[in-house]
Amino acid sequence: MAPPKLELAAEDGARAPSPEDIANASLALSEITVSYGEKPAVFSVDAALPRESMVAIIGPNGAGKSTLLKAALGIVPRLSGSVRIFGQELERARDRVAYVPQRASVDWDFPTRVIDVVLMGFYRELGLLRFLRKGHRERARACLERVGMADFAERQIGQLSGGQQQRVFLARALAQDAELYLLDEPFAGVDAATEKAIIDVLHTLKTARKTVVCVHHDLATVADYFDHVLLINVRKVAEGPTSTTFTAKNLQATYGGRLASTHIDQLKLSS
Amino acid sequence: MDGFLQLSLTPILIGILSAIACALPGNFLILRRQALIGDAISHVVLPGIVVAFLATGVIAALPMLVGAAGAALVAVILIETIKRVGRIEPGAAMGVVFTSMFAAGVLLLEQTDTSAVHLDVEHALMGNLESLIWFDATGWGSLVDPVALAGLPPELPRIAVVAAVIAVLAFVFWRPLKLSTFDEGFAATVGVPTRTIGLALVAASAVAAVAAFDAVGSIIVIAMFICPPAAARLMTNRLEAQVGWSVVFATLSAIVGYVLAGYGPLWFGAQNAVSAAGMIAAVSGVILAIACLAAPHRRRIGAAQGQG
Repeated sequence: MAPPKLELAAEDGARAPSPEDIANASLALSEITVSYGEKPAVFSVDAALPRESMVAIIGPNGAGKSTLLKAALGIVPRLSGSVRIFGQELERARDRVAYVPQRASVDWDFPTRVIDVVLMGFYRELGLLRFLRKGHRERARACLERVGMADFAERQIGQLSGGQQQRVFLARALAQDAELYLLDEPFAGVDAATEKAIIDVLHTLKTARKTVVCVHHDLATVADYFDHVLLINVRKVAEGPTSTTFTAKNLQATYGGRLASTHIDQLKLSS
Repeated sequence: MDGFLQLSLTPILIGILSAIACALPGNFLILRRQALIGDAISHVVLPGIVVAFLATGVIAALPMLVGAAGAALVAVILIETIKRVGRIEPGAAMGVVFTSMFAAGVLLLEQTDTSAVHLDVEHALMGNLESLIWFDATGWGSLVDPVALAGLPPELPRIAVVAAVIAVLAFVFWRPLKLSTFDEGFAATVGVPTRTIGLALVAASAVAAVAAFDAVGSIIVIAMFICPPAAARLMTNRLEAQVGWSVVFATLSAIVGYVLAGYGPLWFGAQNAVSAAGMIAAVSGVILAIACLAAPHRRRIGAAQGQG
Protein backbone atom coordinates (compact mmCIF):
# COMPACT_ATOMS: atom_id res chain seq x y z
CA MET A 1 0.00 0.00 0.00
CA ALA A 2 1.30 3.44 -0.85
CA PRO A 3 2.27 5.62 2.10
CA PRO A 4 -0.40 8.13 3.02
CA LYS A 5 0.04 11.51 1.43
CA LEU A 6 -0.63 13.98 4.14
CA GLU A 7 1.29 17.03 3.06
CA LEU A 8 -0.78 20.15 3.21
CA ALA A 9 -1.52 21.91 0.00
CA ALA A 10 -2.06 25.63 0.11
CA GLU A 11 -5.73 26.22 -0.55
CA ASP A 12 -6.91 29.61 -1.58
CA GLY A 13 -9.74 30.91 0.53
CA ALA A 14 -9.42 28.07 3.07
CA ARG A 15 -8.96 29.44 6.54
CA ALA A 16 -9.82 28.04 9.93
CA PRO A 17 -13.07 29.43 11.33
CA SER A 18 -12.64 32.10 14.00
CA PRO A 19 -14.20 31.70 17.48
CA GLU A 20 -16.87 34.12 16.37
CA ASP A 21 -17.64 32.03 13.25
CA ILE A 22 -17.90 28.92 15.43
CA ALA A 23 -20.32 30.54 17.88
CA ASN A 24 -22.54 31.83 15.08
CA ALA A 25 -22.49 28.67 12.98
CA SER A 26 -25.15 25.94 13.12
CA LEU A 27 -22.48 23.30 12.64
CA ALA A 28 -18.84 24.27 13.08
CA LEU A 29 -16.06 21.81 12.27
CA SER A 30 -12.41 22.47 13.08
CA GLU A 31 -9.66 20.35 11.56
CA ILE A 32 -11.73 17.16 11.45
CA THR A 33 -9.62 14.14 10.48
CA VAL A 34 -11.02 10.60 10.28
CA SER A 35 -9.22 7.46 9.18
CA TYR A 36 -10.52 3.92 8.75
CA GLY A 37 -7.13 2.48 7.91
CA GLU A 38 -3.87 3.93 6.79
CA LYS A 39 -5.36 6.55 4.49
CA PRO A 40 -7.44 9.33 5.96
CA ALA A 41 -11.07 9.35 4.79
CA VAL A 42 -11.43 12.97 5.86
CA PHE A 43 -8.41 15.20 6.36
CA SER A 44 -8.37 18.38 8.39
CA VAL A 45 -11.73 19.72 7.25
CA ASP A 46 -12.87 23.09 8.60
CA ALA A 47 -16.34 24.45 8.08
CA ALA A 48 -18.69 26.94 9.65
CA LEU A 49 -22.16 26.32 8.23
CA PRO A 50 -24.59 29.22 8.54
CA ARG A 51 -27.80 29.00 10.57
CA GLU A 52 -31.25 28.88 8.96
CA SER A 53 -29.91 27.71 5.62
CA MET A 54 -29.97 24.74 3.26
CA VAL A 55 -26.47 23.32 2.93
CA ALA A 56 -25.22 20.68 0.47
CA ILE A 57 -22.09 18.64 1.13
CA ILE A 58 -20.78 17.76 -2.31
CA GLY A 59 -17.94 15.58 -3.56
CA PRO A 60 -17.17 12.44 -5.57
CA ASN A 61 -17.66 8.87 -4.31
CA GLY A 62 -15.24 8.10 -1.51
CA ALA A 63 -14.66 11.79 -0.79
CA GLY A 64 -15.65 11.31 2.85
CA LYS A 65 -18.98 13.16 2.76
CA SER A 66 -20.90 10.62 4.86
CA THR A 67 -17.88 10.07 7.07
CA LEU A 68 -17.67 13.79 7.77
CA LEU A 69 -21.32 13.81 8.83
CA LYS A 70 -20.81 10.75 11.03
CA ALA A 71 -17.69 12.25 12.59
CA ALA A 72 -19.58 15.46 13.32
CA LEU A 73 -22.19 13.40 15.19
CA GLY A 74 -19.73 11.17 17.01
CA ILE A 75 -20.89 8.02 15.18
CA VAL A 76 -17.36 7.36 13.95
CA PRO A 77 -14.36 8.38 16.06
CA ARG A 78 -12.25 11.28 14.81
CA LEU A 79 -8.49 11.31 14.96
CA SER A 80 -8.47 15.02 15.59
CA GLY A 81 -10.59 18.11 15.42
CA SER A 82 -13.56 19.50 17.28
CA VAL A 83 -17.26 19.95 16.62
CA ARG A 84 -19.58 22.68 17.86
CA ILE A 85 -23.32 22.73 17.29
CA PHE A 86 -24.80 26.19 17.81
CA GLY A 87 -21.60 26.88 19.74
CA GLN A 88 -22.15 23.91 22.08
CA GLU A 89 -20.41 20.59 22.59
CA LEU A 90 -22.18 17.69 20.86
CA GLU A 91 -23.14 16.06 24.18
CA ARG A 92 -25.01 19.20 25.23
CA ALA A 93 -26.60 19.76 21.84
CA ARG A 94 -28.07 16.30 21.18
CA ASP A 95 -31.63 17.57 21.60
CA ARG A 96 -31.01 20.16 18.89
CA VAL A 97 -29.85 17.72 16.21
CA ALA A 98 -31.70 15.17 14.07
CA TYR A 99 -29.83 12.69 11.88
CA VAL A 100 -31.21 10.83 8.87
CA PRO A 101 -28.82 7.98 7.98
CA GLN A 102 -28.50 6.48 4.53
CA ARG A 103 -31.55 4.37 3.86
CA ALA A 104 -29.41 1.36 2.94
CA SER A 105 -27.59 1.44 6.29
CA VAL A 106 -30.36 -0.47 8.09
CA ASP A 107 -32.06 -3.83 7.61
CA TRP A 108 -35.60 -3.09 6.46
CA ASP A 109 -36.59 -6.66 7.28
CA PHE A 110 -36.41 -5.69 10.97
CA PRO A 111 -39.62 -6.72 12.74
CA THR A 112 -41.23 -3.36 13.33
CA ARG A 113 -43.92 -1.07 11.92
CA VAL A 114 -43.71 2.34 10.31
CA ILE A 115 -45.21 4.11 13.32
CA ASP A 116 -42.68 2.41 15.65
CA VAL A 117 -39.79 3.80 13.60
CA VAL A 118 -41.20 7.33 13.90
CA LEU A 119 -41.72 6.83 17.65
CA MET A 120 -37.97 6.14 17.91
CA GLY A 121 -37.61 9.89 17.37
CA PHE A 122 -38.97 10.41 20.90
CA TYR A 123 -36.19 8.38 22.53
CA ARG A 124 -34.66 11.36 24.30
CA GLU A 125 -38.05 12.33 25.71
CA LEU A 126 -38.98 8.82 26.79
CA GLY A 127 -35.69 7.47 28.10
CA LEU A 128 -35.67 3.91 29.35
CA LEU A 129 -39.02 3.34 30.98
CA ARG A 130 -41.33 6.34 30.61
CA PHE A 131 -44.65 5.28 29.12
CA LEU A 132 -45.51 6.01 25.55
CA ARG A 133 -48.62 8.19 25.67
CA LYS A 134 -51.43 8.83 23.23
CA GLY A 135 -49.94 12.25 22.60
CA HIS A 136 -46.74 10.68 21.31
CA ARG A 137 -48.67 8.52 18.86
CA GLU A 138 -50.63 11.52 17.63
CA ARG A 139 -47.44 13.52 17.13
CA ALA A 140 -45.85 10.58 15.30
CA ARG A 141 -48.88 10.36 13.02
CA ALA A 142 -48.69 14.08 12.34
CA CYS A 143 -45.05 13.64 11.26
CA LEU A 144 -46.07 10.82 8.91
CA GLU A 145 -48.79 13.12 7.57
CA ARG A 146 -46.18 15.77 6.73
CA VAL A 147 -44.22 13.30 4.56
CA GLY A 148 -47.39 11.85 3.02
CA MET A 149 -47.10 8.47 4.74
CA ALA A 150 -50.00 8.60 7.22
CA ASP A 151 -51.78 5.70 5.49
CA PHE A 152 -48.77 3.44 6.05
CA ALA A 153 -48.50 3.85 9.84
CA GLU A 154 -49.39 0.23 10.66
CA ARG A 155 -47.38 -1.35 7.83
CA GLN A 156 -44.37 -3.57 8.39
CA ILE A 157 -41.37 -1.52 7.22
CA GLY A 158 -40.23 -4.27 4.84
CA GLN A 159 -43.30 -3.62 2.70
CA LEU A 160 -42.20 -0.10 1.76
CA SER A 161 -40.54 1.04 -1.44
CA GLY A 162 -37.20 2.82 -1.26
CA GLY A 163 -38.80 6.25 -1.49
CA GLN A 164 -41.31 5.39 1.22
CA GLN A 165 -38.51 4.18 3.48
CA GLN A 166 -36.74 7.50 3.01
CA ARG A 167 -39.89 9.42 3.93
CA VAL A 168 -40.31 7.34 7.11
CA PHE A 169 -36.75 8.20 8.10
CA LEU A 170 -37.52 11.87 7.48
CA ALA A 171 -40.68 11.57 9.61
CA ARG A 172 -38.58 10.18 12.46
CA ALA A 173 -36.27 13.20 12.19
CA LEU A 174 -39.32 15.52 12.25
CA ALA A 175 -40.47 13.77 15.44
CA GLN A 176 -37.19 14.81 17.05
CA ASP A 177 -38.21 18.45 16.55
CA ALA A 178 -34.60 19.57 16.20
CA GLU A 179 -32.99 22.80 15.00
CA LEU A 180 -30.28 21.21 12.87
CA TYR A 181 -31.16 18.38 10.46
CA LEU A 182 -28.31 16.32 9.03
CA LEU A 183 -29.34 14.05 6.14
CA ASP A 184 -27.11 11.49 4.43
CA GLU A 185 -28.08 11.24 0.74
CA PRO A 186 -31.82 11.73 1.26
CA PHE A 187 -32.46 11.69 -2.51
CA ALA A 188 -30.44 8.56 -3.36
CA GLY A 189 -32.48 6.07 -5.35
CA VAL A 190 -35.89 7.64 -4.71
CA ASP A 191 -38.55 8.37 -7.32
CA ALA A 192 -39.34 11.88 -8.51
CA ALA A 193 -42.52 12.16 -6.41
CA THR A 194 -40.60 11.32 -3.25
CA GLU A 195 -37.82 13.75 -4.12
CA LYS A 196 -40.43 16.49 -4.49
CA ALA A 197 -42.11 15.51 -1.21
CA ILE A 198 -38.80 15.50 0.65
CA ILE A 199 -37.55 18.81 -0.70
CA ASP A 200 -40.91 20.43 0.14
CA VAL A 201 -40.60 19.26 3.74
CA LEU A 202 -37.00 20.47 3.92
CA HIS A 203 -38.05 23.88 2.60
CA THR A 204 -40.75 24.16 5.27
CA LEU A 205 -38.04 23.43 7.82
CA LYS A 206 -35.98 26.28 6.48
CA THR A 207 -39.02 28.53 6.58
CA ALA A 208 -39.42 27.53 10.22
CA ARG A 209 -35.86 28.86 10.72
CA LYS A 210 -34.22 25.43 10.99
CA THR A 211 -30.92 24.46 9.38
CA VAL A 212 -30.77 21.58 6.91
CA VAL A 213 -27.50 19.92 5.84
CA CYS A 214 -27.59 17.21 3.15
CA VAL A 215 -24.90 15.00 1.73
CA HIS A 216 -25.88 15.42 -1.91
CA HIS A 217 -24.98 13.65 -5.13
CA ASP A 218 -26.97 15.24 -7.89
CA LEU A 219 -25.07 18.29 -9.13
CA ALA A 220 -27.98 19.27 -11.39
CA THR A 221 -30.25 20.16 -8.45
CA VAL A 222 -27.71 21.88 -6.18
CA ALA A 223 -28.48 25.42 -7.35
CA ASP A 224 -32.25 24.86 -7.01
CA TYR A 225 -32.27 23.21 -3.60
CA PHE A 226 -29.41 24.68 -1.60
CA ASP A 227 -28.18 28.14 -0.67
CA HIS A 228 -24.82 27.07 0.78
CA VAL A 229 -22.31 24.43 -0.37
CA LEU A 230 -19.37 22.59 1.15
CA LEU A 231 -17.18 20.94 -1.48
CA ILE A 232 -14.92 18.20 -0.20
CA ASN A 233 -12.65 15.51 -1.54
CA VAL A 234 -11.04 14.13 1.63
CA ARG A 235 -9.91 17.73 2.22
CA LYS A 236 -12.12 20.74 1.99
CA VAL A 237 -12.01 22.32 -1.45
CA ALA A 238 -14.36 25.23 -0.94
CA GLU A 239 -17.23 26.42 1.21
CA GLY A 240 -19.60 29.33 0.77
CA PRO A 241 -22.90 30.55 -0.65
CA THR A 242 -24.01 28.55 -3.68
CA SER A 243 -24.18 31.76 -5.69
CA THR A 244 -20.44 32.38 -5.41
CA THR A 245 -18.90 29.00 -4.55
CA PHE A 246 -20.65 26.51 -6.85
CA THR A 247 -18.35 27.30 -9.78
CA ALA A 248 -16.90 25.20 -12.58
CA LYS A 249 -13.40 25.78 -11.23
CA ASN A 250 -14.28 24.59 -7.73
CA LEU A 251 -16.16 21.58 -9.11
CA GLN A 252 -13.22 20.55 -11.28
CA ALA A 253 -10.95 20.90 -8.24
CA THR A 254 -13.35 18.75 -6.18
CA TYR A 255 -13.77 16.04 -8.79
CA GLY A 256 -10.09 16.05 -9.80
CA GLY A 257 -10.88 17.24 -13.31
CA ARG A 258 -12.97 14.15 -14.01
CA LEU A 259 -16.17 15.98 -14.88
CA ALA A 260 -16.85 16.26 -18.59
CA SER A 261 -17.07 19.87 -19.69
CA THR A 262 -20.38 19.10 -21.45
CA HIS A 263 -21.74 17.92 -18.10
CA ILE A 264 -20.55 21.06 -16.37
CA ASP A 265 -22.12 23.23 -19.06
CA GLN A 266 -25.55 21.85 -18.17
CA LEU A 267 -25.30 22.82 -14.49
CA LYS A 268 -26.69 26.05 -13.16
CA LEU A 269 -23.33 27.30 -11.99
CA SER A 270 -22.37 30.57 -10.47
CA SER A 271 -19.69 32.46 -12.36
CA MET B 1 -46.21 -38.53 41.33
CA ASP B 2 -43.25 -38.52 43.71
CA GLY B 3 -41.24 -39.95 40.87
CA PHE B 4 -42.09 -36.94 38.72
CA LEU B 5 -41.08 -34.50 41.46
CA GLN B 6 -37.86 -36.33 42.21
CA LEU B 7 -36.74 -37.18 38.73
CA SER B 8 -38.37 -34.86 36.23
CA LEU B 9 -39.46 -31.55 37.77
CA THR B 10 -36.04 -29.98 38.27
CA PRO B 11 -34.57 -31.13 34.94
CA ILE B 12 -37.60 -29.75 33.11
CA LEU B 13 -37.45 -26.44 35.00
CA ILE B 14 -33.70 -26.14 34.38
CA GLY B 15 -34.27 -26.96 30.72
CA ILE B 16 -36.99 -24.33 30.40
CA LEU B 17 -35.02 -21.62 32.21
CA SER B 18 -31.85 -22.38 30.21
CA ALA B 19 -33.78 -22.21 26.96
CA ILE B 20 -35.35 -18.87 27.93
CA ALA B 21 -32.08 -17.37 29.20
CA CYS B 22 -30.46 -18.16 25.84
CA ALA B 23 -33.43 -17.32 23.62
CA LEU B 24 -33.83 -13.77 24.99
CA PRO B 25 -30.38 -12.50 23.91
CA GLY B 26 -30.62 -14.81 20.87
CA ASN B 27 -33.40 -12.61 19.42
CA PHE B 28 -31.05 -9.66 19.26
CA LEU B 29 -28.01 -11.65 18.14
CA ILE B 30 -29.97 -12.89 15.13
CA LEU B 31 -31.29 -9.45 14.21
CA ARG B 32 -27.75 -8.06 14.46
CA ARG B 33 -26.45 -10.80 12.15
CA GLN B 34 -24.32 -12.01 15.04
CA ALA B 35 -25.85 -15.45 15.49
CA LEU B 36 -22.42 -17.02 15.19
CA ILE B 37 -21.22 -15.07 18.22
CA GLY B 38 -23.52 -17.30 20.27
CA ASP B 39 -21.79 -20.29 18.72
CA ALA B 40 -18.34 -18.84 19.37
CA ILE B 41 -19.19 -18.05 22.99
CA SER B 42 -20.57 -21.51 23.65
CA HIS B 43 -17.33 -23.08 22.38
CA VAL B 44 -14.97 -20.68 24.07
CA VAL B 45 -16.47 -20.98 27.54
CA LEU B 46 -15.49 -24.65 27.85
CA PRO B 47 -11.74 -24.15 28.45
CA GLY B 48 -12.62 -21.27 30.78
CA ILE B 49 -14.87 -23.50 32.87
CA VAL B 50 -12.27 -26.30 32.98
CA VAL B 51 -9.49 -23.94 34.00
CA ALA B 52 -11.74 -22.40 36.65
CA PHE B 53 -12.41 -25.89 38.01
CA LEU B 54 -8.70 -26.72 38.03
CA ALA B 55 -7.93 -23.50 39.88
CA THR B 56 -10.65 -23.78 42.52
CA GLY B 57 -11.45 -27.47 42.67
CA VAL B 58 -15.18 -26.83 42.77
CA ILE B 59 -17.95 -26.33 40.27
CA ALA B 60 -19.42 -23.05 41.43
CA ALA B 61 -21.15 -20.27 39.58
CA LEU B 62 -18.73 -17.43 40.17
CA PRO B 63 -15.42 -19.14 39.30
CA MET B 64 -17.07 -20.59 36.19
CA LEU B 65 -18.24 -17.18 35.06
CA VAL B 66 -14.85 -15.63 35.74
CA GLY B 67 -13.15 -18.47 33.87
CA ALA B 68 -15.55 -18.11 30.94
CA ALA B 69 -15.05 -14.35 30.84
CA GLY B 70 -11.27 -14.84 30.89
CA ALA B 71 -11.53 -17.36 28.05
CA ALA B 72 -13.68 -14.95 26.06
CA LEU B 73 -11.07 -12.23 26.54
CA VAL B 74 -8.30 -14.57 25.38
CA ALA B 75 -10.42 -15.47 22.37
CA VAL B 76 -10.95 -11.83 21.42
CA ILE B 77 -7.21 -11.10 21.69
CA LEU B 78 -6.34 -14.21 19.66
CA ILE B 79 -8.88 -13.35 16.95
CA GLU B 80 -7.54 -9.79 16.67
CA THR B 81 -3.94 -11.04 16.58
CA ILE B 82 -4.63 -13.62 13.88
CA LYS B 83 -6.56 -11.06 11.85
CA ARG B 84 -3.70 -8.56 11.96
CA VAL B 85 -0.65 -10.81 11.81
CA GLY B 86 -2.08 -13.40 9.44
CA ARG B 87 -4.24 -11.02 7.40
CA ILE B 88 -7.05 -13.53 7.53
CA GLU B 89 -10.65 -12.48 7.14
CA PRO B 90 -12.54 -12.09 10.46
CA GLY B 91 -14.89 -15.06 9.96
CA ALA B 92 -12.01 -17.46 9.38
CA ALA B 93 -10.06 -16.05 12.33
CA MET B 94 -13.08 -16.56 14.58
CA GLY B 95 -13.61 -20.10 13.31
CA VAL B 96 -9.99 -21.04 13.93
CA VAL B 97 -9.90 -19.56 17.42
CA PHE B 98 -13.12 -20.87 18.83
CA THR B 99 -12.77 -24.41 17.58
CA SER B 100 -9.12 -24.58 18.76
CA MET B 101 -10.04 -23.27 22.19
CA PHE B 102 -12.90 -25.71 22.44
CA ALA B 103 -10.58 -28.56 21.45
CA ALA B 104 -8.08 -27.42 24.06
CA GLY B 105 -10.89 -27.46 26.61
CA VAL B 106 -11.82 -31.03 25.68
CA LEU B 107 -8.19 -32.21 25.93
CA LEU B 108 -7.74 -30.44 29.24
CA LEU B 109 -10.92 -31.96 30.59
CA GLU B 110 -9.90 -35.46 29.50
CA GLN B 111 -6.60 -35.20 31.36
CA THR B 112 -8.18 -33.82 34.52
CA ASP B 113 -9.53 -35.86 37.41
CA THR B 114 -13.07 -34.63 37.66
CA SER B 115 -14.61 -37.88 38.87
CA ALA B 116 -15.90 -36.22 42.03
CA VAL B 117 -17.99 -33.67 40.17
CA HIS B 118 -20.32 -33.51 37.19
CA LEU B 119 -17.71 -32.41 34.76
CA ASP B 120 -16.41 -34.68 32.04
CA VAL B 121 -16.25 -34.65 28.29
CA GLU B 122 -19.65 -36.19 27.82
CA HIS B 123 -21.34 -33.69 30.13
CA ALA B 124 -19.48 -30.81 28.60
CA LEU B 125 -20.75 -31.77 25.18
CA MET B 126 -24.27 -32.86 26.00
CA GLY B 127 -25.11 -31.55 29.45
CA ASN B 128 -26.26 -33.64 32.38
CA LEU B 129 -29.87 -32.68 32.66
CA GLU B 130 -31.03 -36.17 33.67
CA SER B 131 -28.75 -36.23 36.72
CA LEU B 132 -30.11 -32.99 38.20
CA ILE B 133 -32.62 -34.74 40.39
CA TRP B 134 -34.31 -33.70 43.61
CA PHE B 135 -33.74 -36.50 46.16
CA ASP B 136 -35.49 -34.68 48.97
CA ALA B 137 -38.85 -34.48 47.28
CA THR B 138 -41.36 -36.71 48.98
CA GLY B 139 -44.60 -35.24 47.65
CA TRP B 140 -46.18 -31.97 46.55
CA GLY B 141 -45.74 -30.75 50.13
CA SER B 142 -42.01 -30.63 49.49
CA LEU B 143 -42.54 -27.58 47.29
CA VAL B 144 -43.23 -25.54 50.43
CA ASP B 145 -40.94 -27.47 52.78
CA PRO B 146 -37.75 -25.46 53.40
CA VAL B 147 -35.75 -28.57 54.33
CA ALA B 148 -36.67 -30.34 51.11
CA LEU B 149 -36.18 -27.19 49.04
CA ALA B 150 -32.67 -26.86 50.43
CA GLY B 151 -31.91 -30.16 48.75
CA LEU B 152 -32.71 -28.81 45.27
CA PRO B 153 -29.80 -29.10 42.87
CA PRO B 154 -27.88 -25.76 43.03
CA GLU B 155 -28.08 -25.57 39.25
CA LEU B 156 -31.77 -24.68 39.51
CA PRO B 157 -31.51 -21.47 41.57
CA ARG B 158 -28.44 -20.50 39.52
CA ILE B 159 -30.18 -20.68 36.17
CA ALA B 160 -33.32 -19.12 37.69
CA VAL B 161 -31.34 -16.08 38.81
CA VAL B 162 -29.59 -15.79 35.44
CA ALA B 163 -32.85 -16.07 33.50
CA ALA B 164 -34.50 -13.50 35.78
CA VAL B 165 -31.60 -11.04 35.51
CA ILE B 166 -31.52 -11.34 31.71
CA ALA B 167 -35.29 -10.84 31.51
CA VAL B 168 -35.15 -7.74 33.73
CA LEU B 169 -32.22 -6.30 31.76
CA ALA B 170 -34.06 -6.91 28.48
CA PHE B 171 -37.12 -5.13 29.87
CA VAL B 172 -35.29 -2.12 31.34
CA PHE B 173 -32.99 -1.58 28.36
CA TRP B 174 -35.58 -2.54 25.75
CA ARG B 175 -35.63 0.83 23.95
CA PRO B 176 -31.88 1.38 23.56
CA LEU B 177 -31.42 -2.29 22.69
CA LYS B 178 -34.09 -2.22 19.98
CA LEU B 179 -32.94 1.15 18.69
CA SER B 180 -29.27 0.24 18.42
CA THR B 181 -30.12 -3.13 16.88
CA PHE B 182 -32.25 -1.52 14.16
CA ASP B 183 -30.24 1.63 13.45
CA GLU B 184 -26.93 1.90 15.25
CA GLY B 185 -25.91 5.25 13.70
CA PHE B 186 -29.16 6.97 14.65
CA ALA B 187 -29.04 5.40 18.13
CA ALA B 188 -25.61 6.91 18.69
CA THR B 189 -26.84 10.38 17.73
CA VAL B 190 -29.62 10.31 20.34
CA GLY B 191 -27.14 9.36 23.04
CA VAL B 192 -27.50 5.56 23.20
CA PRO B 193 -24.12 4.06 24.24
CA THR B 194 -24.22 1.64 21.30
CA ARG B 195 -20.84 0.06 22.00
CA THR B 196 -21.72 -0.65 25.62
CA ILE B 197 -25.09 -2.07 24.60
CA GLY B 198 -23.41 -4.36 22.08
CA LEU B 199 -20.86 -5.56 24.61
CA ALA B 200 -23.52 -6.05 27.28
CA LEU B 201 -25.52 -8.19 24.87
CA VAL B 202 -22.52 -10.42 24.21
CA ALA B 203 -21.76 -10.54 27.95
CA ALA B 204 -25.36 -11.52 28.76
CA SER B 205 -25.14 -14.24 26.11
CA ALA B 206 -21.93 -15.53 27.66
CA VAL B 207 -23.51 -15.65 31.12
CA ALA B 208 -26.52 -17.48 29.70
CA ALA B 209 -24.21 -19.95 27.93
CA VAL B 210 -22.28 -20.67 31.12
CA ALA B 211 -25.43 -21.08 33.17
CA ALA B 212 -27.03 -23.32 30.55
CA PHE B 213 -23.87 -25.44 30.40
CA ASP B 214 -25.29 -27.90 32.97
CA ALA B 215 -28.54 -28.30 31.17
CA VAL B 216 -27.56 -28.78 27.58
CA GLY B 217 -23.76 -28.76 27.41
CA SER B 218 -21.65 -26.35 25.49
CA ILE B 219 -22.33 -27.49 21.94
CA ILE B 220 -26.07 -27.82 21.95
CA VAL B 221 -26.55 -24.48 23.68
CA ILE B 222 -26.22 -22.82 20.29
CA ALA B 223 -29.57 -24.35 19.34
CA MET B 224 -31.12 -22.52 22.28
CA PHE B 225 -29.71 -19.21 21.06
CA ILE B 226 -30.83 -19.59 17.47
CA CYS B 227 -33.81 -21.89 16.96
CA PRO B 228 -36.52 -20.37 19.19
CA PRO B 229 -35.88 -16.75 18.07
CA ALA B 230 -35.53 -17.75 14.41
CA ALA B 231 -38.83 -19.62 14.52
CA ALA B 232 -40.39 -16.69 16.42
CA ARG B 233 -39.28 -14.22 13.73
CA LEU B 234 -41.41 -16.17 11.25
CA MET B 235 -44.50 -15.85 13.44
CA THR B 236 -44.73 -12.07 13.61
CA ASN B 237 -43.50 -8.75 12.28
CA ARG B 238 -43.19 -7.04 15.64
CA LEU B 239 -40.15 -7.38 17.84
CA GLU B 240 -42.20 -7.38 21.06
CA ALA B 241 -44.28 -10.32 19.82
CA GLN B 242 -41.19 -12.05 18.43
CA VAL B 243 -39.54 -12.11 21.84
CA GLY B 244 -42.79 -13.45 23.34
CA TRP B 245 -42.97 -16.23 20.77
CA SER B 246 -39.30 -17.10 21.32
CA VAL B 247 -40.01 -17.68 25.02
CA VAL B 248 -42.99 -19.88 24.11
CA PHE B 249 -40.90 -21.94 21.66
CA ALA B 250 -37.99 -22.23 24.11
CA THR B 251 -40.35 -23.53 26.81
CA LEU B 252 -42.05 -25.91 24.40
CA SER B 253 -38.69 -27.29 23.19
CA ALA B 254 -37.53 -27.94 26.75
CA ILE B 255 -40.72 -29.72 27.86
CA VAL B 256 -41.35 -31.74 24.71
CA GLY B 257 -37.65 -32.53 24.33
CA TYR B 258 -37.29 -33.79 27.88
CA VAL B 259 -40.43 -35.90 27.76
CA LEU B 260 -39.59 -37.38 24.35
CA ALA B 261 -36.05 -38.20 25.48
CA GLY B 262 -37.26 -39.90 28.63
CA TYR B 263 -40.30 -41.75 27.34
CA GLY B 264 -40.09 -41.64 23.54
CA PRO B 265 -37.79 -44.65 23.15
CA LEU B 266 -40.05 -46.72 25.42
CA TRP B 267 -43.01 -46.02 23.16
CA PHE B 268 -41.04 -47.58 20.33
CA GLY B 269 -40.09 -50.59 22.39
CA ALA B 270 -36.50 -49.49 23.03
CA GLN B 271 -35.04 -49.96 26.49
CA ASN B 272 -33.02 -46.83 27.25
CA ALA B 273 -33.84 -43.17 27.29
CA VAL B 274 -31.88 -40.87 24.95
CA SER B 275 -30.01 -37.66 25.74
CA ALA B 276 -32.45 -35.01 26.92
CA ALA B 277 -30.22 -32.18 25.73
CA GLY B 278 -29.95 -33.70 22.28
CA MET B 279 -33.70 -34.17 22.10
CA ILE B 280 -34.39 -30.59 23.29
CA ALA B 281 -32.14 -29.21 20.56
CA ALA B 282 -33.70 -31.54 18.00
CA VAL B 283 -37.22 -30.46 19.00
CA SER B 284 -36.26 -26.78 18.74
CA GLY B 285 -34.96 -27.56 15.24
CA VAL B 286 -38.21 -29.29 14.33
CA ILE B 287 -40.18 -26.26 15.59
CA LEU B 288 -38.05 -24.04 13.36
CA ALA B 289 -38.64 -26.37 10.40
CA ILE B 290 -42.40 -26.28 10.96
CA ALA B 291 -42.27 -22.48 11.28
CA CYS B 292 -40.37 -22.27 7.98
CA LEU B 293 -43.09 -24.26 6.25
CA ALA B 294 -46.19 -22.94 7.94
CA ALA B 295 -45.64 -19.72 9.88
CA PRO B 296 -47.57 -16.61 8.77
CA HIS B 297 -44.55 -14.36 8.08
CA ARG B 298 -42.19 -16.88 6.59
CA ARG B 299 -41.25 -14.88 3.52
CA ARG B 300 -38.43 -12.39 3.78
CA ILE B 301 -40.64 -9.47 2.97
CA GLY B 302 -37.71 -7.09 2.82
CA ALA B 303 -36.10 -9.04 0.00
CA ALA B 304 -37.86 -7.32 -2.87
CA GLN B 305 -37.20 -3.72 -1.93
CA GLY B 306 -35.93 -1.10 -4.35
CA GLN B 307 -32.37 -0.19 -5.10
CA GLY B 308 -30.31 0.93 -2.25
